[in-house]
Amino acid sequence: MASLKDLRNRISSVKSTQKITKAMQMVAAAKLRRAEEAAQAARPYADRMASVLANISGAAGTDAPKLMTGTGKEDTHLLVVFTADRGLCGGFNASIVKLARQRQRQLEADGKTVKFFVVGKKGYDLMRRDLSSKIVARDDFRDVKSVGFDEADRIGSSVIDMFNAGDFDVCTIFYAAFENVITQTPTARRIIPATIESEGGEDEASGADVGDTYEYEPEPASILQALIPRNIKVQILSALLENAASEQGARMSAMDNATRNAGDMIDKLSISYNRQRQAQITTELVEIISGAEAL
Amino acid sequence: MAESFKFDLVSPEKLLLSEDVEQVTVPGTEGDFAVMAKHAPFMTTVRPGVVTAKLAGGSEQKIFVRGGFADVAEGGLTLLAEHATPLDEFDAASLDSDISTAEETLSKAEDDDLRFEQEQTLAQLRDARTQLSR
Repeated sequence: MASLKDLRNRISSVKSTQKITKAMQMVAAAKLRRAEEAAQAARPYADRMASVLANISGAAGTDAPKLMTGTGKEDTHLLVVFTADRGLCGGFNASIVKLARQRQRQLEADGKTVKFFVVGKKGYDLMRRDLSSKIVARDDFRDVKSVGFDEADRIGSSVIDMFNAGDFDVCTIFYAAFENVITQTPTARRIIPATIESEGGEDEASGADVGDTYEYEPEPASILQALIPRNIKVQILSALLENAASEQGARMSAMDNATRNAGDMIDKLSISYNRQRQAQITTELVEIISGAEAL
Repeated sequence: MAESFKFDLVSPEKLLLSEDVEQVTVPGTEGDFAVMAKHAPFMTTVRPGVVTAKLAGGSEQKIFVRGGFADVAEGGLTLLAEHATPLDEFDAASLDSDISTAEETLSKAEDDDLRFEQEQTLAQLRDARTQLSR
């Protein structure tokens, strides 16, 4: 049985832990709001880019650049895994890495080669033990205050360089899509060869109509040449921003749980502290009374 | 009064402008062009320079853009800019530093295609610089 002093120490240490988790939760909440705003601000660009791309992709025909159509093979896969640089955010990093590993096992069972590009320190920490031979590149943003287009540009350029060097055929990015504070879904998305999604059926239909009368300057193929790398970077950027929001969301709910657990623990500890103190007082009283009676 | 149409200027980080406008002048890679309502569907790449939008209210807005795409469709004009800054907030020094980086890359470029590309970028940047200082 722990002594009174031990219990007092436990209580005060749990209390200070609770203070820290509570502070972290509040910081995460503030950062989350900013991250969500950034993710939302980037959305119009990505949407417009998708619709422009849907418009032009039909016009380019067979001249379309390789980044869009792929190499024609599917032998080597590059999995780009976006994770956080910091921990204490619940299952955030682990769930992204888990999804990527599932994909890796599945691909390798089909006889494909898998390479990893790990973004974020935590992901690298999780993967380096057993996958270090497969990690071809890594990057993190420890020295960057908030991720923006420059970071997406850096990652996008290195991915494109690797593609041009013939290092891989298919590129898939893994990140956590932000749904709300409680839910972040690990998501895989193929970016090379490009998947052209047009949102809404009517959009597609009108795009096709206009496609015939569209004029291009310079010709469609060379616009595409510039547009496709840009699109890849934009997709990376939106993944990065979603990921940042998800990270903060995950951290917020993890820290909320931790704060609540600490509260429960303090309650329990204080109950046993009070009981013990009471028991001690009772024992002392009994001792005094029986001493007095003996006289 | 001229008919107005929708003009959206977006950069990767945010939506800069989404307004009804009468006319927009855009620095295209193959020459400046102006877009008015009911322009034929048209798409081009953009070089560094100043976009001038004449708003439906009559006021004018100037924005410096660096690279990107302009897409004229039935719905209006969409400009996807790599970087975009309103002209009064724009700092010419940042353009100067871009020019010097471009010069540096050019001096290092080895194969001809790359050098050609760099020379073009540099010329465009210098162009924008002179346009700006005027």
